[in-house]
This record gives sequence, structure tokens and C-alpha cells, in this order.
Amino acid sequence: MQETGFTPAHIVRLYDRFEALDKEKTGLLRPQDFGAINGLAMNPIGDRIIGAFFSPGQETVDFHSFVRILAHFRPEDKKRPKDPSMPEPVNSRTSKIKFAFQLYDQDKDGKISRAELLQVLRSMLEMQVTEEQLESIADRTIQEADLDKDDAISFEEFRKSLEKVNIDHKMSIRFLR
Amino acid sequence: MPALWRSTFVLVMVLLAISRPSLASQPTGNGTEHTITTLPIVIWKWEGIKFPYLVALWILVSWLCKLVFQLNPGLTRVIPESGLLICIGWVLGGIIYGADKVQTFRLQPFTFFFYLLPQIVLDAGYSMPNKLFFGNLGAILVYAVIGTCWNAATLGLALWGCWLGGAMGNIDTGLLQLLLFGSLIAAVDPVAVIAVFEEVHVNEVLYILVFGESLLNDGVTVVLFNVFDAFVSLGGGQIDAVEIIKGIISFFVVAVGGSLVGVVFALLISLLTRCTKNIQIIEPGFIFVLGYLSYLTAEMLSLSAILSCTFCGVCCQKYINANMDERSVSTVRYTMKVFANGSETIIFVFLGISAIDPSLWVWNTAFILLTLLFIFVFRFIGVFLLTWILNQYRLVPLDFIDQLVMGYGGLRGAVAYGLVLLLDENKFKEKTLMVSTTLIVVYFTVMLQGITMKPLVTWLKVKRAAVTERTLAEKIQNRTFDHMLVAIEDISGQIGDNYMRDKWNNFEERWLYWLLMTPIARKSCDPIFNIFHNLNIKDATSYVNEGERRGSLAFVRNESKADVDFNKKFGDDLSEMRPYIMTENMGPDHVPVSSILRDSVPSVCLDMHEQDLKMRESEDFDAHHLLQQHLYKGRKQHRHKYSRKQLEVNEDEHEVQEIFQRTMRSRLESFKSAKMGVAPPKISKHLKKDQPQKMPNGKSTDNSKSHTYGDEDFEFSEGDSASGCEAAGGSFPMRAYRGAGIVNPAFMAEMDTMDPMPPMQQIPSWLAEAEVDSSTVVPSQRAQLRLPWTPSNLRRLAPLRLSTHSNDSFVLADSPATQEGISELPPPPPPKDGQDQGTHK
Repeated sequence: MQETGFTPAHIVRLYDRFEALDKEKTGLLRPQDFGAINGLAMNPIGDRIIGAFFSPGQETVDFHSFVRILAHFRPEDKKRPKDPSMPEPVNSRTSKIKFAFQLYDQDKDGKISRAELLQVLRSMLEMQVTEEQLESIADRTIQEADLDKDDAISFEEFRKSLEKVNIDHKMSIRFLR
Repeated sequence: MPALWRSTFVLVMVLLAISRPSLASQPTGNGTEHTITTLPIVIWKWEGIKFPYLVALWILVSWLCKLVFQLNPGLTRVIPESGLLICIGWVLGGIIYGADKVQTFRLQPFTFFFYLLPQIVLDAGYSMPNKLFFGNLGAILVYAVIGTCWNAATLGLALWGCWLGGAMGNIDTGLLQLLLFGSLIAAVDPVAVIAVFEEVHVNEVLYILVFGESLLNDGVTVVLFNVFDAFVSLGGGQIDAVEIIKGIISFFVVAVGGSLVGVVFALLISLLTRCTKNIQIIEPGFIFVLGYLSYLTAEMLSLSAILSCTFCGVCCQKYINANMDERSVSTVRYTMKVFANGSETIIFVFLGISAIDPSLWVWNTAFILLTLLFIFVFRFIGVFLLTWILNQYRLVPLDFIDQLVMGYGGLRGAVAYGLVLLLDENKFKEKTLMVSTTLIVVYFTVMLQGITMKPLVTWLKVKRAAVTERTLAEKIQNRTFDHMLVAIEDISGQIGDNYMRDKWNNFEERWLYWLLMTPIARKSCDPIFNIFHNLNIKDATSYVNEGERRGSLAFVRNESKADVDFNKKFGDDLSEMRPYIMTENMGPDHVPVSSILRDSVPSVCLDMHEQDLKMRESEDFDAHHLLQQHLYKGRKQHRHKYSRKQLEVNEDEHEVQEIFQRTMRSRLESFKSAKMGVAPPKISKHLKKDQPQKMPNGKSTDNSKSHTYGDEDFEFSEGDSASGCEAAGGSFPMRAYRGAGIVNPAFMAEMDTMDPMPPMQQIPSWLAEAEVDSSTVVPSQRAQLRLPWTPSNLRRLAPLRLSTHSNDSFVLADSPATQEGISELPPPPPPKDGQDQGTHK
């Protein structure tokens, strides 16, 4: 509770939701449970988001992790004192960017390779875009962001390319405040 | 410029000359019954024609004023146009007064409310960026309702307190009258807000808040005005709790009722446009008439007319834009702007003229100064208070600077003036005082605040409307975020904005589309198609213009060079960090759409040297708007730009334009080995333009309907009308050319999934005509397109083969290794492969 910053009321609400999703009442969520949510099937990156809930190698999500992931989407606490000794809270700008980064970086090597970028693009772009257009876009994106010319986007480069974007706005859900 | 000054002056003199006899001839006017002794060849018929003549003349003079100061652009940058118009109004008013010793021309409330205001409001509603508006509706309503009530109450009470304190001397007024005055002066005015904010270009959220507030507060203003007016008539003693409760109820009735009237009329308009397929020539007229009727109906029922008109425009825009032919849509849009802008001009000029009239000036320093002071102070207090409350609930809180600008942007304008003129002199002994005060307030806000608004915004570093192109990474990321948010909302099961919006979209799709839109429009109401199609047409026009400008020979000569550049482009390791700011900046500066197009022409230009440069940038642009166009939209949508003065196309559109150019170039290189060389693209363009006329009547409307697909692949949609293949021979190559000349190969896939049959009928025919030079272009294009398709699509093509010698290509095309399938059509693949190699790293 402390680390996520949710209020107790929120936690209760999320627990209700957790239980509603957990059809078999095992106290853990499986990918199938997520799959049952309607909207997600139509979401181009729905699968990746579901994947983000599960730590690598794990098949299930317990409530703790569930809340923790959702906490990424809380609006930032602007009034939080910037205490370097404390670990970065889950909903800070850096953590949000890291979450987004992990969506791309499926093999968790710390870099978004061209192939990974292509995958995401392919899933998000409609069927009408030709393969060569896709590749050209991927190339272009990497060119824009890749500062050390290693043909992949590291986390720092990713963060830098997003410095003009209002992450707090783009990655927050109001009622999770 | 001196010439124009002179001509304006002459016109004004004419005006005077005419008005003098008009007054002078009053007594003798009725003496037309004198007997004539001989046949008059020419008669001076002033009397009969006086009224329309004066009206037309005044409109002309007002609009000429606009012309006059446009000649000095430095001036318009400092002083907002509205301010300048008022100044010119003063000058004119002075002239007229000097000539006539009485102010013959004033802004009458009736004229204002019934002839000048409705079109402004209708235009505001029709051009309203709906997503932004409804997204911020909560905040807008809070400001409009609570904010206006607060302003009115505090102003009235403060003035009353000062009056009791004796600061104003001896004026014959009372609490209720002051409250009424407060209510009519408290309202932020839409006309003034549009006029001033349009030139300042603050960020959209801020703009929509102020603007939305100015529109919606009419509901409150009307109610307060009527309520207090009635109270004043009843006299102070009659007011008890019942009356007050009735006042509150009347607010809801007036506001909600007005909106409902607007929505009803919006439904009517949408239904009507659904059926007017055959009378397209007069289609646009319906919008105006029904819009005006919505205003009048609400007025008749004593509901809020402005609300009615606004919601009429807001609700119907989507459906009529989809239903109507695109020419009608253009007509409606431009005509609305003409009317709205024209009215605005006339209003401000007359606001100036009406001031030059000593009979209405009663000067009470304290009253006026206090009013000004209180307006300011209470506006700021109100804004800060309300924003503080709102920020607890908003995702993106409004920061202090924005609030400051919002408070400062509370401009009063002609609506207040019109309302104050409606006061009854008998009940309001101090009417003239109030009129003068209102005029002064209006001048103050429009001129002073208008002039200082821009410097203030710059000084405070308010976030402006974004004009710079975002990087590709940002763009992709933004879309990813959208999807992410939607997914998280789904997972966490909360009903957020997105969920509501989604629900509304579903409802709309299921019921409203079916009811209000023609079947054809229903299929294609994806805005991307429309935008895309419009852009293609514009682009075709600009392409041809460019060609004509350079002479067709230059065009041809350079095009071969274009291929080289194209290849080079892919092979190059392009130097990075070129700013991604589009040269054809669709920025909010006063650049009309046509000049944007003209500016965009250079990117089409085929100069070798420039081509290189543009090619690189356009490569960026391609990717950008490819993303912009093709990225699946999350359930949140894009923003609009609202402007009265120019009709700007969305950012999307201009970016999408590049795809066209790119495909054009890729086609051009495929022409390298084709016999006919360059002729086909030009032909196709011409043909494309001529197409609507050439096609037989029965299909012309279909054509125009399929225009709304926004999709150039007419041959597919025309296949719908079964007669598609009958118009063989001549029209086939035409249609085929059109296919060739058309942009997005990507969209052909889309179309194919919708109409599998017709294309099959067509493909064999032109494949059969393989010996026709130009048609080799077409199959190659199509073959190119088939490359990325999944085998399942191709298999659908296979069984429907009708012609024998196309068999080979189809069989081969069926196989996943599509390379061989194209072997029959040599030109395109090699360069394409070449490109592919080039992009692989």
C-alpha cells in the first residue's frame, strides 16, 4: 500500500475487481482470465499488456503484483518530495517510461531491436501498410532515436525521445489517483 | 492603399448623400401622387428602394472596412481586428453624426439578435471540435453556469453595496435592477472571444474552455435576464420563495429545453440530408434554413436560442458531413464562414457607430469605474475558485498561467449591448446610464484586453497550440499509450471517459448511423477515408497546377530524374536530426488553405536539386503520416484546430497527402520502362477530375457517394453499380487509369475485402488488354499491391479468373513466392526489390 500510493478505498475497489476477474477463485490470475475481458481482445497491444502483468517465468499474478502494475498508471504526485534515498515510486515518470519500454522489449535485453519495433508496429498498424513501408518506418524511428548508432534503442535513448511528451497525461488514468 | 482610402471615403460620402435626402424627403415622400404632364424617361425612385439599398450599402461599407486595414498588416498584429473595426465605426459614426446631427444608424437589438447573431452561433456549433468539446464538457458547464451566476451575483451585489454607500451619487435604481445589470454584463461573449482568441492561438484546452463557456453561458444569461426582468416588473414585494424556486426551475427548462430544440433540429437536418441525394444543388441551403429555424423556434418558446443553435450545429456536423456530397460540404463550410465573419464585422462596425450619439451618453464616473473594476476582480476570483475545485477532478489540472489567461479572456461584447438595449425605460430609469456603461465595458474588453492579450500570452509563456511535427517515436508512442490506457481501463474495470466514449460510439454505430446516414455514407464514415480522399483531389489539382506552371515539357523531362532520386533516397543513409517541421506548415498563421497548397507544390516540384531535399523530408513525412493514418486509433481521438478565419484541414490530412506523392513517384519509376512514359499519370489526373461529369448520370451520384469513401479506388466501388462493366471500352481504360493514378495502394486492400466480385470482373479485362501500353501500368501497380497480401486474399482472387491468358499471373500470384507471379510484368518489381534491398540494413 505504501509503495503504490493507492488509498485504501482504491485498494478495496481493485480487490473487488481482482476477485471478479478471478473466476475460479484461486486468488491468482491467469492469462485466460485476462483474455476474458472483452475490450482487450480488440486491443492491438492487448496481449503485450497482459504479458506485462506477469513477471518473467511466472504463470500467475497475485493481487500484490496486480496492484503494483496498475499503480504505474496513477497520476504523478507533483508534491512528492524528491528524496534521492527513497526508491523511485511506481508512478513516477521514469517508472512509467520503463513500463512502456518493457512493452516493446519482449526479450528483456534492455534494448529495443529493430525486429521488436517491427513487431509492435505491425500489430498497431492496419493491414494495409505494406511490409516495406513498415520497415521504412521502423528504420526511421530507430534513426531518430538511436544516438549511439547501435541500431537499437536503449532505455536512455527511449527516454530521451519522449522528453517532449507529457507522460503524466498520456499514461495516467484519472480514477486511479 | 491611398486609393482604397479614397474609395472608402467616396463611398461614405455617397452614403451620407443618400441618407440626407432620405431624411429630408420624409415629409414630401408621400407626395408621389402628383400628376405627371409628360412621360418620364427616368425617375428617381429613392423612396421605394431606400431600405434594401441602405442595408446592402452598409454591409458593403462594413466589409470594405475589413479590407482597408488588412492593407497594413503591422496594424492587425498589434490591435485585434475587432478593435480596428470599432475604431472605423467611430469614424463613420462621427461622419454621419456630423452630417445629420442625429445618429440615424444604430445597432438595433432586433437586428442584432435575429439577423446578425444566429449565423455566428451556427458557425460556432458547426465547426466545433466535438471531441475536445465533449471531453471538457464538465469543466465548460461549471464555468458557464456557476461562473456566470457567480459573476452576476457578485457584480450586482457589489454595485448595490456601493450604491447604498452613496458612491454613485443619486441614481434611481434598486437591488433588482442592479442584479439585472450584473447578469447581462457578466456573460462572456462568444463573438468577442472568437475575434480575439483566434489571433492568439493558445492551446486547445484553454481555448475550448473559454469558448465553450462563452457559448453555453447564454442559457444562464437568458434565464437571469428574464427572471430579474420579471422580478422588477413584479416589484420587490412580490418576491418570495416560490418565485425564486420558479426562477431556478426556469433555468433548467430554458437551458435543457434550448439544447433539446437544437438536437431535434440536428436530427431533422441529418434525416433531410439523407434524402437529398438528388437535389444536391440546394442541399446546403437546408442547413442554413433549419439552423436558423432552430434559433427562431427556441426564441419563440422563450428558451435559450444560442444554446439551441449551438447544439444544432454540434450534433449534426458529423452526419451531414458524411451524408452530403463533398461539394455540398465545402459549400456549407465556406458559406458559414462567410456569413459568420461578415456578421461579426458588421457587428463591430456598428458597435462603433452606435457610440457616436450624445443622446445615449450619461456619465457617472463611479458607476462606470466600479463596474469595470468589479468585472475584472470577480472574474479572476471566480475563475481561480472554480478551477481549484475542478482540478480536484481533472486528469490534467489547469495550471496557474492558463487560469490567468482564462480570467483575462472573459470578454464582454455585443450580446451584452444587445440585451441592455432591450431594457424597458419605464422600469429602468437609468437605462441610458447602463447603456453607456455597457458600451464602455465592451470597448474596454475588446480593445484593451484584445490588444494586450497577445503580449500577455507571450509574456506568460502560455502553452500555444502545437505546431511542430513530433518525432516518429513520439507518434508511435502516443498511440501505444492510447491503447495502453484503454487496455488498463478495461482491466481495472472502471468506467472512465474512455469507456463512456466507447459506449457512446457503439450506440451511435448501432442506431444513429442506421437512422441518420445514407447507406453509402455509413460504410465509409471513417474520417481518414474522407480526409484522404479530399487530400488526393487537392493534391491532384496542385500537381496539375505545378505541371502547367512549369510547362508540360519540363514536367516530363524531370520525371525521369525523379526515379533516380527515389532510388537514391532509399539507398542513402540519410543524415539525421533534420527538424521534422513540415515546410508546408499548416500552422495557425493567416495562411489560407489555398496558399498552403501552393506552398506544398514545391514538394511536388521536380527540380533535380530541390527534389533531393524534398525527397528526404518527404520520406520523413511519409513515415509520419503513414503512422498518423494507419495507426489504429485508440478510443481517444485527435484534436482539431478551430479557426474562424481560415478553414484548416487537420494535421492528418496534410501528412496523408505525402503518401500520394510517394506513390506517385513510385509509379513514375515504374513508368520508366513503360512505353507511354509519363502521359498516363497526367491523363489519369485529368480524367479523375473529369470523372464525375463523364460518368453516366445514373452513376454520377454513386460516384459522388463513393467520393465519400475517401478512397480513390473507384473501380471497386463502381463495381457496386452492376453496370460497371458495361461501360467497357472507353470508360474502362479511364477507370483503370484512375486506379493507376490513385494513391493508396494500401487502400485497395481495404476495398477488396469489401467487394470481391467487381474487381475480378475488371482485372481480366485489362489484363486481356495487355497490349495496351498504358494498362501495363495498372497491372503492375496492382501486382505490387498484391505482394503484401496474405495468401488467403489471393486465393479468393484465384477461382474468379475469367480470361485465359491471365491465368499464369494469377496462378503464380497465388503462391506465397509472389516474385515469380510478377515476372510477366517486369517493370515494377525490380525497382521495388531494389528499394527493399535498400531499406534492409
